[in-house]
Amino acid sequence: MEQVMTQKNQKMHPHKFTLWVAMGSITMMFAGFTSAYIVKSNMAGWVPVQMPSIFYLSTFLILASSGTIYLAKKKFQERAMAQYRVLVTVTAALGILFTITQYLGFAELWGQKVTFSESVAGSFFYIISGVHALHVLGGVIALLVIFLRAFSSKTRYYSTTPIEVASIYWHFVDVLWLYLFVFFILVS
Amino acid sequence: METTHTHVVSVSQEAHDETHHGHHHHHETFLTKYVFSQDHKTIAKQFLITGMFWALVGGLFSVIFRLQLGYPDAKFPWLEDLLGEWAKGGQLQAEAYYALVTMHGTVLVFFVLTAGLSGTFSNFLIPLQIGARDMASPFLNMLSYWFFFIASIVMLSSLFVQTGPFSGGWTAYPPLSALGQASPGSKVGMDLWLVSMALFVVSSLLGGLNYIATVLNMRTKGMSMTRMPLTIWAFFFTAVLGVLSFPVLFSGFILLIFDRHFGTSFYLSDIYINGQALPNEGGSAILYQHLFWFLGHPEVYIILLPAMGMVSEILSVNSRKPIFGYMAMVGSLFAIAILAFLVWAHHMFVTGLNPFLGAFFVLLTLLIAVPSAIKVFNWLTTIWRGNLKFTPAMLFALGFVSLFISGGLTGIFLGNSALDIHLHDTYFVIAHFHIVMGVASMFGMFAGIYHWYPKMYGRYLNNTLGYVHFWVTMIGAYLIFWPMHYEGLAGMPRRYYKFDIWESFKHFGSLNQFISIISIIVFLVQILFLINFFYSIWKGRKVTSQNPWGANTLEWTTPINPGHGNWEGDLPEVHRWAYDYGKDGKEFISQTTPVAADESRH
Ligand code: HEM
Ligand SMILES: [Cu+2]
Repeated sequence: MEQVMTQKNQKMHPHKFTLWVAMGSITMMFAGFTSAYIVKSNMAGWVPVQMPSIFYLSTFLILASSGTIYLAKKKFQERAMAQYRVLVTVTAALGILFTITQYLGFAELWGQKVTFSESVAGSFFYIISGVHALHVLGGVIALLVIFLRAFSSKTRYYSTTPIEVASIYWHFVDVLWLYLFVFFILVS
Repeated sequence: METTHTHVVSVSQEAHDETHHGHHHHHETFLTKYVFSQDHKTIAKQFLITGMFWALVGGLFSVIFRLQLGYPDAKFPWLEDLLGEWAKGGQLQAEAYYALVTMHGTVLVFFVLTAGLSGTFSNFLIPLQIGARDMASPFLNMLSYWFFFIASIVMLSSLFVQTGPFSGGWTAYPPLSALGQASPGSKVGMDLWLVSMALFVVSSLLGGLNYIATVLNMRTKGMSMTRMPLTIWAFFFTAVLGVLSFPVLFSGFILLIFDRHFGTSFYLSDIYINGQALPNEGGSAILYQHLFWFLGHPEVYIILLPAMGMVSEILSVNSRKPIFGYMAMVGSLFAIAILAFLVWAHHMFVTGLNPFLGAFFVLLTLLIAVPSAIKVFNWLTTIWRGNLKFTPAMLFALGFVSLFISGGLTGIFLGNSALDIHLHDTYFVIAHFHIVMGVASMFGMFAGIYHWYPKMYGRYLNNTLGYVHFWVTMIGAYLIFWPMHYEGLAGMPRRYYKFDIWESFKHFGSLNQFISIISIIVFLVQILFLINFFYSIWKGRKVTSQNPWGANTLEWTTPINPGHGNWEGDLPEVHRWAYDYGKDGKEFISQTTPVAADESRH
């Protein structure tokens, strides 16, 4: 494979930097969504939706996963590979559980006749949370890739960059969720 | 991406970067060299040639709908041979007219002047001018092109579906874009449009992320930010604009997709269509316009800034004078980038926008005139009493300045919300944005192609053809768009298939024919340019010196035909800014020349 290498004297690894810019970009997408939500909520005929209670549980799950990925990164840096693997697995599992609880919340709302055709607020709620959940699943996939790589014997991989990048992203989707959660509670 | 690490075992990233300075020449196959290439120079050419394909298609569309506007009652049997059902009996059908206008706008704005312009030149020039071997992530860069390629295929396929491509205008306002029953083009054509545009957004984001990361992280030793050529500053701000505004458009598209297919009512309310009332309640079409123009206005600067950057560079090189007011140029780019996010509602003055709010948008919009005027002033002072070399690139750069002034002035009329009530959606707006954005950025792109062609292909374009290309296009552009101001002031609305129901517009008949004839001539000259371009790739005069224009920037320190990795030995080291022309009696001083002890300061 053609190799073109970066040069010296850089402050931040380019992948990490690219991730920061990408997070700015994702933030703008949600800024777009939530400002549309605010604009609409000030118009006539807006009926707010009640946040399903299971969303408190999903909030707890994603907060916990931020903790586990933090520990995973630390263990990796200490080369405690066994613990690292466990922690990465737990993080990914929490991410999946988060998505499942979100889905259960959707189902509960939908059951209360908050459907696409009945409720604009509900539609926003589904789409904004849904797009966020997709970002969480993207993080899960990234974790799985790193995880499989940690087991692969062909190339031994000691660079901390991938796990650092993954953990920054993970904290980001976590904070993003907190923002959305508070936002939905306040603006309704 | 991780592919760069496959056979590397290293303990820390820093050590890794140290040891892999330089590049290995692995065996390259045709596929890795020309198709799935990760070399930024090849990717740039891929963007350029795809963009040229689209320019040809989009340009041809405009010629066809101009025929309709110039000769609304004439019959062209060959048109039926070309378009079939769309031109039954040799006459363009109304629906086909709308489809062509829509595709013309979409293709030119996004595929030609965004992907074709910043895709080409950001890719080509960023690593070369900052002294990097490639982009921060060559792999993402390659993906960016292939996403654009797939977007192109999808858009192209929409031209061939039975109900035709989308026909509701490049801005794709709902309800036309949200309801399949609204028009033939709103059916599967619109779905393909959305898929294509979503892919395009992904492509732009991948590209933009890379450009930003590269400019901030990969500059060679000595290349501080304030020593960067203005081209790089312009590409940088362009990328920032794209990365921050395209996601907002994307969110608008997601809501639109749900309105189309899943029964939501984000944009729809109280609609009565084909004799039937729709159940949708509570939506607002204006919401879409906000989301669209929040991208849409930055988008026009995404199109313009790369042209501004390249023009600054080309004017300075060909005047043999330093750019006037370098920091003011950077500052005004920055001001434009900020203001670009704060003026979107000037496209919505007549939507029932709160007039009080409108006043703020008027103010902010008119504020853009300040940095714009600074730039114009600095370009003029740069060429003032310069030793001008009228290469085709220089002519196109000068043409850009002229067009930018003319088109910017009409923007000031439109920026007044009171005047805009009369001018909105008339040919005045068409004239404004074609001159200031469409033609001007095209000129920037041509200037860039003529100027950097020797670096791209190791050969020159034919100069004589270049001069013909410039003069016909320059005069033609003014002849086409200048009269449209009068039509617009008289109230002639844009996007109309026919004007025969208005007695008052009848006297524009021959003017419209004139405009149409000139557009055909200008289109033909662009084909001449394409012939020049492709002929010269293989048969053009060979470049024999490393630095044919006598320029200071780093790309001219690479070999005439640089390989992947750009520089053969070590990366060049930078000792000065890019604009030491005519300093201390020297013609030019390359950025790699150390500052001499007896040198005057700049
Ligand atoms: C002094 C600077 C400028 C001002 C005050 C200005 C103002 C405006 C206003 C108020 C409109 C809306 C007109 C309407 O729809 O009724 C408009 C349209 C437009 N402007 Fe400008 N403009 C300026 C410069 C530019 C530049 C530099 C570009 C591009 C590079 C540009 C591109 C466009 C485009 C594409 C549209 C029309 C979009 C559409 O409706 O399809 N303008 N301008
Ligand atoms: Cu605008």
